[in-house]
Amino acid sequence: MSVRVLVAKVGLDGHDRGIKVVARLLRDAGMEVVYTGLFQTPETVASAAIQEDVDVVGLSMLSGAHMTLAPLVVNALRERGSDIPVVLGGIVPPRDLDELKALGVAAVFGPGASAHEIVNTITSIVTPTP
Amino acid sequence: MLVWNRVLNVGGDHVAAESAQERWRRLFHAAPIRPGRFTTMSGIPLAPVYGPSDAEFPGVYPYTRGVHSSMYRTKLWTMRMFAGFGTATDTNARFREIIRSGGTGLSTAFDMPTLLGLDSDDPMSLGEVGRCGVAIDSLVDVRDLFEGIDLGAITTSMTINSPAAVMLALFVAQAEESGVARARLGGTLQNDILKEYQAQKEFVFPPRQSMRLVRDTIAFTAAEMPKWNSISVSGYHIREAGSTAAEELAFTLANGFAYVELAGQAGLGVDAVAPRLSFFFNAHIDFFEEIAKYRAARRIWAKWMREHYGAADERSWQLRFHTQTAGVSLTAQQPEINIARTAIEALAGVLGGTQSLHTNSMDEALALPSERAARIALRTQQIIAHETNVTNVADPLGGSWFVEELTDEMEREAEVIFAQIAKMGEGSMLEGCVRGIEENWFQGRIADSAYELERSFNSGERVIVGVNAFLEGNDEDDMATLRITHEDEQKQLRRLEKVRHDRDGEQVGRALERLRGEASDPDVNLMPALIDAAKTYATVGEMMNALVGVFGRHVEVPSL
Repeated sequence: MSVRVLVAKVGLDGHDRGIKVVARLLRDAGMEVVYTGLFQTPETVASAAIQEDVDVVGLSMLSGAHMTLAPLVVNALRERGSDIPVVLGGIVPPRDLDELKALGVAAVFGPGASAHEIVNTITSIVTPTP
Repeated sequence: MLVWNRVLNVGGDHVAAESAQERWRRLFHAAPIRPGRFTTMSGIPLAPVYGPSDAEFPGVYPYTRGVHSSMYRTKLWTMRMFAGFGTATDTNARFREIIRSGGTGLSTAFDMPTLLGLDSDDPMSLGEVGRCGVAIDSLVDVRDLFEGIDLGAITTSMTINSPAAVMLALFVAQAEESGVARARLGGTLQNDILKEYQAQKEFVFPPRQSMRLVRDTIAFTAAEMPKWNSISVSGYHIREAGSTAAEELAFTLANGFAYVELAGQAGLGVDAVAPRLSFFFNAHIDFFEEIAKYRAARRIWAKWMREHYGAADERSWQLRFHTQTAGVSLTAQQPEINIARTAIEALAGVLGGTQSLHTNSMDEALALPSERAARIALRTQQIIAHETNVTNVADPLGGSWFVEELTDEMEREAEVIFAQIAKMGEGSMLEGCVRGIEENWFQGRIADSAYELERSFNSGERVIVGVNAFLEGNDEDDMATLRITHEDEQKQLRRLEKVRHDRDGEQVGRALERLRGEASDPDVNLMPALIDAAKTYATVGEMMNALVGVFGRHVEVPSL
């Protein structure tokens, strides 16, 4: 069965070039992709992820609000009893990586991440370890 | 169909007998020239422009070679650095640093909540306050933003769109409070809402309601603010969102045509509005394509204004533009090499005849620019302006077989796109642009182009140094970047709390009530009500919410 991904824009950041390109690249790799559209809240993303029964949530953030909003999406999912992993792509300074992982973000893709890297990382995250 | 006869029509019918070269010579000799040695470094004297006697010339219709006869011999481009972060006080300090370093124009970057018409204490603003730009909630913030800066000596550009009318009202209110009449204010409001739906996606109201606000700002500034540019028609964001150069060119000019038609609906003739439109283009990394794009832009605008819209004022024909280097071309890997990319892109803008330029900082793929990185970016412009001697000769690439052919090709591609937009609008570019947005036509084309480009990077067909080739050194990346902290957000929240506490709440309520009432009547210009509301310390969020109550809110149908 193919991997199902919800790609989401949370908060006020309207930069949607990256999320649209990545969504198409994931489709090219055989994944099923659902896009939330712009200006979502952590709650609407969590609800959509559960309702769509996705394997992973991908957030795209280029405004610098990732330290505030990405953990809120993780929390919103966990509060609803879901363990769907959350990955993040966008303008994320390296100094934030450790803290994001500690707050439950499964992977971070910075500027210049290749399609290959994104697809492989998502695949390894959603594949249950034997 | 538009036919430009290069021999018969140059310079307007009143001088039909004068050749382009003769007209250029007359204009050049009347132009003031800045002090300087116009020679090569080795002393070879240089003419202000080169070309055979039957060539096109700068300052002469259709302006392919530049809008001014003397170009940078009269005045260098404005080095306008875009800046804004944290509170108004923080940004004011950066503005002063820019002016101290030799910047000659200011451009205000607002944070996401301000761009979307939300107050800093709105729940949706959480995490975004002061991050991507400066947080502006009320008149108090505008006052602190320009504290100690002589707005008569430096022009100001405000990069804001959905709440553009509200920001203009705050600016006018602030100026009048400090004793400067609105008629004396010089500057530019971006106010280009069409490209928000197409590319940048910072929209609030539905497109048609937004266009009413744009109409009101055009009419208000035309009547009361003679030195103000009402719209900066922007291709920059269209390109950053992923379009090709030809799409950037065509979508931007089509939007410009739409605003001219919109002003016409408000009873303003083309010559009342076109001279107040300025343009804003991207300078991407494909050097010659960019130069050809700027040259084609000037020629197309001149022809369309004159032939299609019947403009008689030469200033209506002259496309003036600001340039910003391509943020999307910068890499997080080996960030110092971005200085080289930016220098090449900036040079394309200058050789393309830009009136004003912002150079990006090397750290912008990582964060908002640090002061050091922003200074290096400005120094890059100063090297081009003062060391390279490229400012001596107008349109130095004019006459290159390659550049001329590429310019013609850009024009041809743009005309194909104009025909598609006109078809959507049944002959009206205004209607075509709005329908193209409503039907996701622009958005879809931009996403397709972005995807095609990305695939060519992923396949290795195109090289990005530091990303898919030449990776040695990537491990050494370590750059101190600007940090916006949670504390900065708290500072702005305290500032806003004080404003709400100190003002007369009943007065604010009455001003907002009036705004709602006037918004319901499409024939009323909303600017006076907005200025009065700004003076009561009504916040950006309150004014925008009052309008949302009448206009509604735009929701984009998500598409991939």
